[in-house]
Amino acid sequence: MTAGCSTMKRAPVNKIIPFSNVDGPGNRTSIFFQGCPFNCLFCHNPETIHMCRNCGACVPGCPVGALSVDADGKVQWNHRACVQCDACIKTCPHDASPRVRWMTVEEVMREIHRTAPYIGGITTSGGECTLRNEFLIDLFSEVKKLGKTCLIDSNGSFDFSADPRVLAVSDGVMLDVKAVGEAWNNTLISHDRATVLKNLDYLLRVNKLYEVRTIIFPGRDQENEETVRYVAERIGGACFYKIIRYRPFGVREQYQKLLGEDTTDADYAERFAALARSLGAEKAYVV
Amino acid sequence: MSKAFDIISNEVLTYRQQLIALAQLGESTDDTLRYSDAYYEAKAKGALCDLNEGCMPFRPRYICPDYELLFEKGCKFLELDPPTDLLEAVNVLEIFYAHVPSITTYPVYLGDLDKLLEPFVLKEDRAFAKKVLRQFLLQIDKVLTDSFVHADIGPADSVTARLLLELTEEMQLAIPNLTLRYDPELTSDDFALACIKCMLKTAKPSFANHRMFVKEWGERYAIASCYNGLQIAGGGFTLPRMRLYECSLDAKSPEDFLENELKKYMDLQLEYMDKRVKFIVEQSSFFKSNFLVTEGFVKLENFTGMFGVVGLAECCNHLLGIEDKKQGFGMNEEATALGIRIMDRIESYVAAHEAPYCDSCGHRYRLHAQVGIDTDGMDDSPGTRIPIGVEPTMLEQLEVNEKFHPYFPTGTGDIFKFEETYLKTPEAILPIIKGSLANGLRYFSGYLENNDVVRVTGYLVKKSEIEKLRQKKQSLNNVTVFGMGAQDGGHALDRRVQHHEESAGQ
Repeated sequence: MTAGCSTMKRAPVNKIIPFSNVDGPGNRTSIFFQGCPFNCLFCHNPETIHMCRNCGACVPGCPVGALSVDADGKVQWNHRACVQCDACIKTCPHDASPRVRWMTVEEVMREIHRTAPYIGGITTSGGECTLRNEFLIDLFSEVKKLGKTCLIDSNGSFDFSADPRVLAVSDGVMLDVKAVGEAWNNTLISHDRATVLKNLDYLLRVNKLYEVRTIIFPGRDQENEETVRYVAERIGGACFYKIIRYRPFGVREQYQKLLGEDTTDADYAERFAALARSLGAEKAYVV
Repeated sequence: MSKAFDIISNEVLTYRQQLIALAQLGESTDDTLRYSDAYYEAKAKGALCDLNEGCMPFRPRYICPDYELLFEKGCKFLELDPPTDLLEAVNVLEIFYAHVPSITTYPVYLGDLDKLLEPFVLKEDRAFAKKVLRQFLLQIDKVLTDSFVHADIGPADSVTARLLLELTEEMQLAIPNLTLRYDPELTSDDFALACIKCMLKTAKPSFANHRMFVKEWGERYAIASCYNGLQIAGGGFTLPRMRLYECSLDAKSPEDFLENELKKYMDLQLEYMDKRVKFIVEQSSFFKSNFLVTEGFVKLENFTGMFGVVGLAECCNHLLGIEDKKQGFGMNEEATALGIRIMDRIESYVAAHEAPYCDSCGHRYRLHAQVGIDTDGMDDSPGTRIPIGVEPTMLEQLEVNEKFHPYFPTGTGDIFKFEETYLKTPEAILPIIKGSLANGLRYFSGYLENNDVVRVTGYLVKKSEIEKLRQKKQSLNNVTVFGMGAQDGGHALDRRVQHHEESAGQ
């Protein structure tokens, strides 16, 4: 199934995780959409960045024959046969994945109806879920009917102030603020940071910021501090501030060399959480 | 060498463990209680199992005394007055426990400790009360040395329950087993979260579906031993089990099993239970002269027989010719549907059987999903559980469980192992428990991946104690040896871990 083949609203879903305890408060169903405008060096699921180009490179390597090329030259994925060995995404030369389902809101809701008794809400993530805002608006409206909350996990590339419809049906945003310094941002993200920082202020103002997340890199004292200071001074006690330790697991090899092959030391990360708290971000914590 | 000599010379057994083993040996020398030849054949094939209950039962298997009566009237036989303060209350209980028998020789039900002790705790300074309760728990762990010793708390919050949770976490002991009776209206979220935090750190308490148990038993029910629902001032006479995988081996088809083989084995198990119950009531002295009976701490009419089953997953897989467990019961709708047909058949057949005694249960036995024993290996998974090693996602596992838990008023349960991040997010577990209990789950247990105290199949052991046994050193807890067997033969500690979503956040 491809995007253009239906008049029904569909979105490319990379993964639905029935129960997650790290994507917002309580137990949540997390929906990961395919595609991201950023190309962060530290991304540890880079296969979610690009859409499949149907080059077919992954097909022969599938050990269970779950991948094929159809008559139109499109790569097809049989999710029932798939054993999630990740051979395809390791082969993919384009940071994409053939394991994407173009799903309708109804199809996603079918999964959420199953998890609804056990969850407080859903979180949409990615990739970058705000690339699918029209889909999110419909999805959230349906989820709200179940009395569940809807959180958006976003890299901040979409200007929320430009179109408030998706915020109107969502309970809040978990915003990544990855780098504040311009040079460091440009190295790390390959995307302008202005919209991210604008969103930080806007979401605070409209009271829709649930959490900000910043990754702490080993040995990057100055860069880490600049970002943490900037965020902490703005958010104060208004939302959670999740200080995330950089972990090399899953990071593309060439970037591991640049960013480091070690996980950020817990005590080192804790220093920045303490700094954030000292600047008023009282709900700063390390994961 | 004789069996007695083997026991007496075994350096890994403690003195008490030797005593129990010798008593079992002595009991096995009498064959007054006889069953049909067909029963012995079925037992020899491994289709029926008596859980080594012994040839000559001299007490009911599980006894749940009425401790409220003890506190109200005292005990004449033990010359105990009703307690007037916390020290006396704890002392009265400790003395009484020493005289409550069971299949394990230790009491399998210690009472609703929060309800019993709360009036006394409230009269004391909190620190003093905590000190007394600490000694009380230490006494239990070191004297009632058996993990089937079980205490209950809840559904409402109390100072006593909070102190017990604090101490449970601080002391890290395997004994006693502990259950929270959970009711979404009577149990506050704050109290439930405190229980979850404690559960992650010490594998207890488990969460019992209070509404479900009350509907079946009334308010006065106990959770005893592993997870057994029974009546307070009563208990369970006996618990044999059908090993459903072995029961299915001669069946030519699922239909043949449902129509013929299953019935054959159910009849034999019922014959065994009827004879045994009559023997316990009519021949052994317990119901005639034990002070628990004569003083009304237990009443004959409140006992029932527990009709056990084990290995439903392997039974269904075998009947459908499924060799790969990953495609079988729990993951395969056809296998799960067959499981439901089998359980429906067992439920209605047992419900149609007029049992001797068992007055409070309308002269009926009640079903029990037996949790497995150390020698089961991988042939029969506990009760109706999905086999260890092929568990699907937690969501799917809960959905399957919810279909099967309602069949078993005398107990069933499942266990979920969580990884470390859940320590920081206990509020992510509460909605899972709430949702599953509302959907028909009877009993929820959890523990953290890397703890020393872990839940094996239904009971708790310390991994460090299993290590002692491996080094041929004695373990005070009688149950450690079962934990070692279940770990080696049944991979019971290798169950699926519920992970956080690893790709989020970076």
